[in-house]
Amino acid sequence: MSNFIKGILAFRRGPWELVATILIAVGVVMLMQPFVLWAFTYSFITTLVGTVMFIIVSHFRE
Amino acid sequence: MSEKTVDRVAGATPVRIARKIRGLSDRAIAWIFVGPTIFLLLAINIFPLIWTVNLSFTNFKANRINRAVEYVGTRNYERILNDPDVWLSMQATAHFLFWTIFFQVLIGFTLAWLINKKFRGNDLWTTIIVLPMMLPPAVVGNFWTFLYQPQIGLFNYVVAFLTGRDPSSFEMLGSVDLAPWSIVIVDTWMWTPFVMLICLAGMRSIPDYIYEAAEIDRASKLRQFFTITVPMVLPFLMLAVLFRGIENFKMFDLVVQLTGGGPGSTTELASIHLKREAFEKWRTGYSSAIAIVLFVTVFGLASIYVKALNKVKER
Repeated sequence: MSNFIKGILAFRRGPWELVATILIAVGVVMLMQPFVLWAFTYSFITTLVGTVMFIIVSHFRE
Repeated sequence: MSEKTVDRVAGATPVRIARKIRGLSDRAIAWIFVGPTIFLLLAINIFPLIWTVNLSFTNFKANRINRAVEYVGTRNYERILNDPDVWLSMQATAHFLFWTIFFQVLIGFTLAWLINKKFRGNDLWTTIIVLPMMLPPAVVGNFWTFLYQPQIGLFNYVVAFLTGRDPSSFEMLGSVDLAPWSIVIVDTWMWTPFVMLICLAGMRSIPDYIYEAAEIDRASKLRQFFTITVPMVLPFLMLAVLFRGIENFKMFDLVVQLTGGGPGSTTELASIHLKREAFEKWRTGYSSAIAIVLFVTVFGLASIYVKALNKVKER
């Protein structure tokens, strides 16, 4: 866990990619879930933030 | 002899062209070769994408070209993300996506495990199993429509034989409850071989000496399966899941051929909803915004796919 936080603070690719991946996955789940409309409403922005973040952080150092 | 040919070819080049080419660097010549491809890529992929993004912020209607186009900001996106119909189409997509992947993984992995056993006619069975994947979706949709016919369809007769029900007592494509499952069955039938092939590649990449070492350690077949086969095939399986997930998210042709999105809108997947908004209701700006929502989702999933692919390559 501490390695993960260290990686985040040092702008390392691995942990940041993990955060972006989680955001994309959460966004997709929010888009397709049948339970609450507000989750569907905010799904697109979550996926968009995750995707843009993924593009940016994939240029960080390993 | 070859020098003479070269000289002859060089001499045959018109002086003006030869002078021009002689002045070009290697980099410039490379650009001349790559240029047309980049131009085509920009014209066919990038330009329509940018144009769609632009349209998604307008109230443009493609059937009223002369009408003044107004920029409506993010209103299209706000409407989509609060529209119960879009939400329903996403839920239909989720149902389709979840169950097709579930069945394809389950059956595909089992088939791969069986095919991986050495037996007579192994290659023949592989070819037979892979056949559905080679058929065009329009053809598959057409003949499954016949198979699902309540009066003459073979599917209904098989179900009737197994359950004792009357074959014409249920209609796979016309029933609200059964139609979502009918498209799941067809997609599973068509794409399970794909998952099977990927799993088979994973299983065949496991070296025999690992199993031999496990045998020496007196590990049971079940233990070998769960501690060697499953973990080593898992990255391949994950790739298959992601690949099928992205493909099924965009599923259009097969479902249009089978149900056309009906009955009602029970099998109206996101791509079918998009087509109806764009080419039946002619709400081009609105449908462009739906297309961008789908694009961002698929792009996000594709990013995870590429990451998983790199992980597999590192192994």
